[in-house]
Amino acid sequence: MSPVVRLLIKRIATSFIVLVGVSLLIFTIARVIPGDPARIALGPNASAEAVEALRDKLHLNDAFVVQYGYFIADLARGDLGQSLYSNRPVTQDIAAYLPATLELVFFAGATMILIGVPLGMLAARYRDRPLDHGIRLFTMLGVSAPDFVWAVILMLIFAYFLPIFPIAGRISDSFAVPPVTGFLTIDSLIAGDFAAFGNVLWHLALPAFALSFAGIGQSARLTRANMVETYRKPFIEMALAFGFPQGRIARRFAFKPSMIPSLTVIGLDLASMLGNAFLVEQIFAWPGLSRYGVAVILRKDLNAIVGTVLIISAMFLIVNIVVDLLVALINPRIRLSQRSS
Amino acid sequence: MTAPTLAIDDLRLGFRGWAGTVEVLHGISLHIAKGERVALVGESGSGKSVTARLVLGLVQELRGARFSGRMAFEGRDLGALSRREREALRGDRISMIFQDPTSSLNPVYTIDTLFHEVLRRGAPGIGAAEAREKAIAALADVAITDPERVLRSYAFQLSGGMNQRVLIAMALANNPALLLADEPGTALDVTVQAQTLALMQSLVARHGTSMLFISHNLGVVREFADRVYVIYKGRIVEQGPTEGLFEAPLHPYTRALMAAVPRITGEGIPEIDEEQTGFYDPLVAHPGYSEAELRP
Repeated sequence: MSPVVRLLIKRIATSFIVLVGVSLLIFTIARVIPGDPARIALGPNASAEAVEALRDKLHLNDAFVVQYGYFIADLARGDLGQSLYSNRPVTQDIAAYLPATLELVFFAGATMILIGVPLGMLAARYRDRPLDHGIRLFTMLGVSAPDFVWAVILMLIFAYFLPIFPIAGRISDSFAVPPVTGFLTIDSLIAGDFAAFGNVLWHLALPAFALSFAGIGQSARLTRANMVETYRKPFIEMALAFGFPQGRIARRFAFKPSMIPSLTVIGLDLASMLGNAFLVEQIFAWPGLSRYGVAVILRKDLNAIVGTVLIISAMFLIVNIVVDLLVALINPRIRLSQRSS
Repeated sequence: MTAPTLAIDDLRLGFRGWAGTVEVLHGISLHIAKGERVALVGESGSGKSVTARLVLGLVQELRGARFSGRMAFEGRDLGALSRREREALRGDRISMIFQDPTSSLNPVYTIDTLFHEVLRRGAPGIGAAEAREKAIAALADVAITDPERVLRSYAFQLSGGMNQRVLIAMALANNPALLLADEPGTALDVTVQAQTLALMQSLVARHGTSMLFISHNLGVVREFADRVYVIYKGRIVEQGPTEGLFEAPLHPYTRALMAAVPRITGEGIPEIDEEQTGFYDPLVAHPGYSEAELRP
């Protein structure tokens, strides 16, 4: 078995244990916050009998352990229960809202890596020169305020005062894209509708940039710091002494070792975007999981709360596994240490 | 007469800092004839390593470095070369070996990849397969018995001695005219150091490579060099043939340096004269071995 596969299996197993822990935790928390879900769902005018009947149906009158048992049994069948808010299966609701959030986070993550890392490389290569100072100022802006502040500022400047970008939503009303995956970028390409695809990207630009700005700053600063550190290493002096071209040193021989420490933090940034997306989605009226999440928490919709949190945690864990695999791929020490003992 | 492989005249180097310029080389002159092995000996901080890095043009790229003097490689004035031309010499006509072989090899690339990059310096369009073939031959030359395995490995999977051999093979792969060896193998234990140095000596002799051997290890220098320059605090204090210099050191600093070598016979650590009388005496050249006499 290849060492990377071994690592993958190990990480999936530990992630599964984490998910079980998270489910137990959120299951408990959802049940101890005050308020009767059945009463909230049925409204103040429902009769006591009707409320009691719904409580029975939701197993809310059973012991806590029994409730958790029902939950796990359903989960094993891929059933997260009914949402009291939308009266649909929670899995269906999540399938409807999750793609919008994932699309936003994916583009924000790509923006962060594709802008932040090269900025850091440039700053390191031209350190203490004007370009470096400029980049450091720009990245300082990114890390100095949270994403939602930038979301509001960017929206005011580039959508309100200078109406270059749309102010809200995922796509203009004039486009109709047949839903296949729920990811509008993919669906519009499947439909062969490039005008719609462009429109989707246009809508994505501002929220994705707002969500990634802090990450751009963080990854650029981290990449710069690690590259500067690497440039002091004897193996870079060796590369210079042997006349390896400067560009190849920057892009290859100094870059790859520098990315080993950066990658873990960049992965964490990427995962935390899932959480930050909640606020950015609210500001840009993005029809993603955050709207749903906030609504179900306010209505104490137990199944939907647990389902949403579990899905977000699972995404978080998947990002972490991917990052661990990438680190293993670029760091031969980790790859080679995964031998069977 | 052909130009010497390396000729340095009145080389001065200073670093500009907050408190003015600090001069670290106070006008040194030395030369290496074709095929000659010359040692530059001195204590740490005396300016040996920085001299080698000046020849390669590595110091010039540091900010705040101010230098003057003339350096010529095979008759070409290094100071008049553009940055691109200077870089073109590195790894091809001039190469270098370092103190600590293991940390001098990039830890995230295999020896194979690094060797390919090195060979590309001599033959820019060389393909992976051809490079591997040449690398295997070069590694066999430095007495590595299983070159294929070494090529597949990362530096941290190999021993220090093995990495030193790999570096020697890399340094000689493009048949350079000049090899700068900066305290080669100081980080290795003495037996491995002796083996790899002997190997390097025979290879350099076979290729006819000129060599600047930088060391503080007098025993190694005596075995290795044709001529010796002794450097102290940025000044050459004594120069002469290896045998003559070791038999009859003329400068007070050279005498102190030789007295400082601990004896294996157990006479304890020698007393070093703290007074340093005469260490700043002017340069003493052995008869017939001054720069003026050796260079036309």
